[in-house]
Amino acid sequence: MAETLRPDVLIVGGGPAGLTAARSLRRLGVAGVLVLDREEEAGGIPRHSDHLGYGIRDLRSVMKGPAYARRLVDRAQQAGAEIITSATVTGWAGERSLLATTPSGRIRFDAGAVILATGARERPRAARMVPGDRPLGVFTTGQLQQEVHLRHAEVGSRAVIVGSELVSWSAVLTLRHAGCSVALMTTEFECPEVYAPVAFAGRALLGGPLARATKVVRIIGRNRVEAVEIEHLVTGQRRMVACDTVVFTGDWVPDHELARSAGIDLDPGHRGPLVDTDLATSVGGVFAAGNLLHPVDTADVAALDGRHVAASVVRWLGDGPASRSAVRLVAGDPFDWVAPGLIGDHMVGPPRDRLLLWSHQAQSFPTVVARQGGAIIGRRTLPWPVSPGRVFRVPWSLVRRADPLGGDVTIGLN
Amino acid sequence: MTTFGEMLMYDVAIIGAGVVGCAVARELSGLRMSVALIEARGDIGDATSKANTAILHTGFDCVPGSLESAMVARGYRLLGDYAPTVGIPIEGTGALLVAWSKEELDTLPKLALKALENGYDACEIIDSEAVYRAVPDLGSGALGGLTVPGESIICSWTTALAYATEAKARGCTLLLATAVTGVNVGDRVTTLETTGGQVQARWVVNAAGLGGDVIDRMFGFDRFTIVPRRGELLVFDKLSRPKAPRIVLPVPSSKGKGVLISPTIYGNVMLGPTSENLTDRADTSTTEEGFAFLLGKGRSLMPSLLEEDVTAAYAGLRASTEHSDFVVAASGEKRYIRLGGIRSTGLTASMALGEHVRTLLGEHGVTPGVRDVLPEPPRMPNIGEAFPRPYERDDLIDADPLYGTVTCFCERVTEGEIRDALQSAIPPRDPDGLRRRTRALMGRCQGFFCGAQVAALMEGPRAPAEAAHG
Repeated sequence: MAETLRPDVLIVGGGPAGLTAARSLRRLGVAGVLVLDREEEAGGIPRHSDHLGYGIRDLRSVMKGPAYARRLVDRAQQAGAEIITSATVTGWAGERSLLATTPSGRIRFDAGAVILATGARERPRAARMVPGDRPLGVFTTGQLQQEVHLRHAEVGSRAVIVGSELVSWSAVLTLRHAGCSVALMTTEFECPEVYAPVAFAGRALLGGPLARATKVVRIIGRNRVEAVEIEHLVTGQRRMVACDTVVFTGDWVPDHELARSAGIDLDPGHRGPLVDTDLATSVGGVFAAGNLLHPVDTADVAALDGRHVAASVVRWLGDGPASRSAVRLVAGDPFDWVAPGLIGDHMVGPPRDRLLLWSHQAQSFPTVVARQGGAIIGRRTLPWPVSPGRVFRVPWSLVRRADPLGGDVTIGLN
Repeated sequence: MTTFGEMLMYDVAIIGAGVVGCAVARELSGLRMSVALIEARGDIGDATSKANTAILHTGFDCVPGSLESAMVARGYRLLGDYAPTVGIPIEGTGALLVAWSKEELDTLPKLALKALENGYDACEIIDSEAVYRAVPDLGSGALGGLTVPGESIICSWTTALAYATEAKARGCTLLLATAVTGVNVGDRVTTLETTGGQVQARWVVNAAGLGGDVIDRMFGFDRFTIVPRRGELLVFDKLSRPKAPRIVLPVPSSKGKGVLISPTIYGNVMLGPTSENLTDRADTSTTEEGFAFLLGKGRSLMPSLLEEDVTAAYAGLRASTEHSDFVVAASGEKRYIRLGGIRSTGLTASMALGEHVRTLLGEHGVTPGVRDVLPEPPRMPNIGEAFPRPYERDDLIDADPLYGTVTCFCERVTEGEIRDALQSAIPPRDPDGLRRRTRALMGRCQGFFCGAQVAALMEGPRAPAEAAHG
């Protein structure tokens, strides 16, 4: 081992959540704040999302992904946080000790507190179990955008995009930039998953049709993709769509391996760490923030997690272990998960005073209901819709009346 | 090798650079003779050999008295000894045959007896309780089991590559992307027509795997027909590895060997294979039916395994024939040796088959001595999970920062390893070849994070300053 470093706070992952947490911690007076990022440049996924839409809620401006990423790096460094790039964390050496491999040697970090901000990734073709040949030309959005924006490589000329989440439209923009037309976008849902304005603007860009209730069931092509076979989920009808590129978008999964290998409790819904409203995990002094906890919300929401967790970490560094709350927030129908999954002890709400939920069904003007021990403890009718494929945000006040000793609180639709 | 103008002339030409062809090439190139290894595909071990279950078999369940039984038993020892000397990762996990029905339970004593007939005496019949102690995550209903402590997992990719690398160091000519299209057996020399021109050799060894019967017919024989038997496999996330501490084998039935669960040498868990006869010898696509079948099997064998994500799904083709044994024979008249119908046990048997070819040549008066000076065996880069890899080796990182520069995060493959592979004696020609040499791109993200970076490295190394600084 080359050396041991002892930061007050070690942050794993230099994306929007990690970088914002680093800056906030410094501004709250924490001396040694260290961010590790495994890429050559910190900034996270926005680095290769070369389109507008970043920085709205956290920086109060509208910018492109790469500029936003640079800005977050600069702001963290200006605040006095140290960032080590090309540093891959390989495992734990103790409760708040981690090992990393870097070009200048392996480093051990013994930290006062750890924040996991490792983000999320799109589920690739294999994990979605799409059978067929294994030709070249199959991507996730992440890989496609790095190919196009970081490596300036050529992609194909005719693409099928699987999914119609927010990121799927980002893939449309990237393909357009690369001169690749979109033959078809497919979604397994009956309605498009994103905000109407995005879908409206996106449709103008798309050029090709959007196939709803449709699933890609096979990839064809021995060397390069030649076609995909699609199935309409209602009629069962199948047909072939000729293309030379397939982009699997969305279907995010948290990069939770580090959390799992520490034995941290996971949320059975999103499989990221189970945290309370302080964003504290089940291991003392280990916190989590960003899309690792809600795969995925927008970058600015992840960044604001970072600001929120910084305050929790400062409290923890000052007061030490707090007893962990017993009130669990449970996702009821039609939700798959709710984040955070526990109500904390400090009577502080979650980041932005919003609970984040993920639904597999759409509904306009939803009435959200919280129940504890058979009784309704909160009810809100919201002006924004519930839609699969994107985070549904609910005011924290919905569960504010929860009894700390009353057991699980279930959140569902009326 | 003698050159007549553009013509290449060898003592022995081996057709097929799968694991068996590579083992034969390694063996023969250690003798005082010139050897060519001819491969239709662009890389060695790129067909049947790359989609193997990667188990080093004891041969406990072979047909006693068969050539396969003898070759597997001998090959097990030879490869078991060779692996550590060249750095082929191997893990002695042991296997457990699990009986799920009364009928299967009754078969276990017969299998133990068969193992003895095959010269393997370490099997033990255990009760259901001991089965669950050995593999706690097994689904309910296991009635008992048979242990086979000698079964091991091995890196089949490194095995073929080590053989070919050593053969090349010993002077063997490797002709890749060279398909044999015709054979002309002359009085003293056989001329092979290939997509890369003519190749002449005194003796020809047919190790063409899935194309073995086609080559055999070119020599005027009609002894066997290859039926490509597709086996689909699912590879589960590394986080599932503790669930499979050893290989879990089904009790073989008349329907074949069935579906197994095995740890992989790279730290994953594998479920498969299916078994389906095809006509297309290149159809390695996966299917909905195959996935459904494997998930159904997985649900009863080990339900908790299915909670993990699938990292990769692939299909391999086995060269099955109408014969129950390997189809091996030498023809002195045609100076031709056939290694046909070598199924998945060929990985284990490979070095024994190399020896066997040498013996067959000797029986036909071809007895060149061993070369006076042989190069040192190669030292293959370790891609096994159970052994230290560059990212965790301070000595390597100190000497070269590229061994501390992790490129593929999921599999922790460093830029130094990718560079080494690209500069190696037999470099990869595509991302798939790089994956088999380094593990790059074979992890859970399947290129989400590093795909573009790996592709860039394959196009050429970065300038040192750029690499160090980013």
